[in-house]
Amino acid sequence: MIETPEVLIIGGGPAGLAAAREAVKAGCDTILVDDALELGGQLVKQTHKFFGSEVEYAGVRGIWIADKLLEDIENAPNFKYLLRTTASGHYEDGVVTAIYRDEKLLKFKPQKLIVATGANEKTIPFPNNDLPGVYGAGAVQTLMNVYGVSPGKLGLMVGAGNIGLIVSYQLRQAHVEVTAIVEALDKVGGYWVHACKIARLGVPILTRTTILEALGEEHVTGAVIADIDENWQPIDGSEREIECDFICLAVGLSPLIDLFRLAECKMVYVPEFGGDVPLRNEEMETTTNGLYVAGDAGGIEEASSAMIEGALAGLSVANSLGKTITGFEQRKRSLLEELESLRCGPVGDHIRCGLAKCVIHKN
Amino acid sequence: MRIKGHPILDFKRGRKIKFTFEGQSLTGYEGEPIAAALHDAGVQVLRYSIRHNRPVGFFCAIGHCSSCLMEVDGRPNVRVCVEPLAEGMVVRRQRGKGELQ
Repeated sequence: MIETPEVLIIGGGPAGLAAAREAVKAGCDTILVDDALELGGQLVKQTHKFFGSEVEYAGVRGIWIADKLLEDIENAPNFKYLLRTTASGHYEDGVVTAIYRDEKLLKFKPQKLIVATGANEKTIPFPNNDLPGVYGAGAVQTLMNVYGVSPGKLGLMVGAGNIGLIVSYQLRQAHVEVTAIVEALDKVGGYWVHACKIARLGVPILTRTTILEALGEEHVTGAVIADIDENWQPIDGSEREIECDFICLAVGLSPLIDLFRLAECKMVYVPEFGGDVPLRNEEMETTTNGLYVAGDAGGIEEASSAMIEGALAGLSVANSLGKTITGFEQRKRSLLEELESLRCGPVGDHIRCGLAKCVIHKN
Repeated sequence: MRIKGHPILDFKRGRKIKFTFEGQSLTGYEGEPIAAALHDAGVQVLRYSIRHNRPVGFFCAIGHCSSCLMEVDGRPNVRVCVEPLAEGMVVRRQRGKGELQ
């Protein structure tokens, strides 16, 4: 059997849920699929309060935002979602396949497709980086914040971007010690507010420092770290062994783009966004007709902008399906302005730089 | 180890159930990923790698990276970071590519 919804959304994180909300409210017959055990994507593990403005739920903890996005549409007759469902293919005739619970192959032929698959965690090369106990920062968040299991007793965090800082703080909330945060750059990459919180707890942030090796036989028992010079090379004699029973890698994310490739979307390499991303117009449509992108799948940013991109994609899809949307142009403009205000200022520099490489303008 | 007294989170857990790991009886909560229950029990080595027989644990915990493949009820290559735990499950470390039974 092949399902033929007006809109199929792949991914139920902040972008996908925001897209679903707009599309469903505009009356589109919508199906959302997600590979996880519950909706919300990475929101379900964010214990901190969000920034931005009210539109992006500023002041609300991430863990509650997915419920807020869902509450308007959860019982709508034109909305359905499937969990533990992994999108596996996109075919020339517009058919999307997905695998339900590792067992059953599902087929969809939607009129519009929104891909909001999010991102993968990156890793870095060092001896023993495959040892049990070397985890992605997101994995540690999942284990402790969703399932309530401690990753270990004493962790080493690699990376002082927002994720490294926030997860270090969350580890302390879960009564897990963090021996240090090492950061190869000469400065903290994340927001000062997060860095200050972690510094106040006495966790040292060691800049110009990297991990050389994980220690252990069957699992992590320590690590070797060293100072690095301006050519990113370890400085001889600065190597030291530190004790830890897990190592958390917060070294960046790369967009999950497999479906765009299958759908032959034109891609472009944007280092500011973590890798290859699809070209898209301001309504979030890619070069493949009827295929839209939203959130980290289109470039690594953060949950607030992902929600607005999702809303923009959902609204645009509904409009292109001919649904009546009061004040469409005005709502679209206000979402675009909201995005612009999130991306302004010096912290948004690299985002604006990335956008310049992948946003195309409609003729 | 289970986290107790979290300042913000209140963990919703299913009922306590039994399962086996390498023949040993363990307990976990129904519906949580098998990997979470194993980690709580102190099990970090989930499989041994195909070529070099190295110990491997989970890495991404969201079903993307295939680091955590184990044998569950005789089925190889199960991503235990996203496979819900059920009563009486028989979980084994996978060696190499695993075998269909």
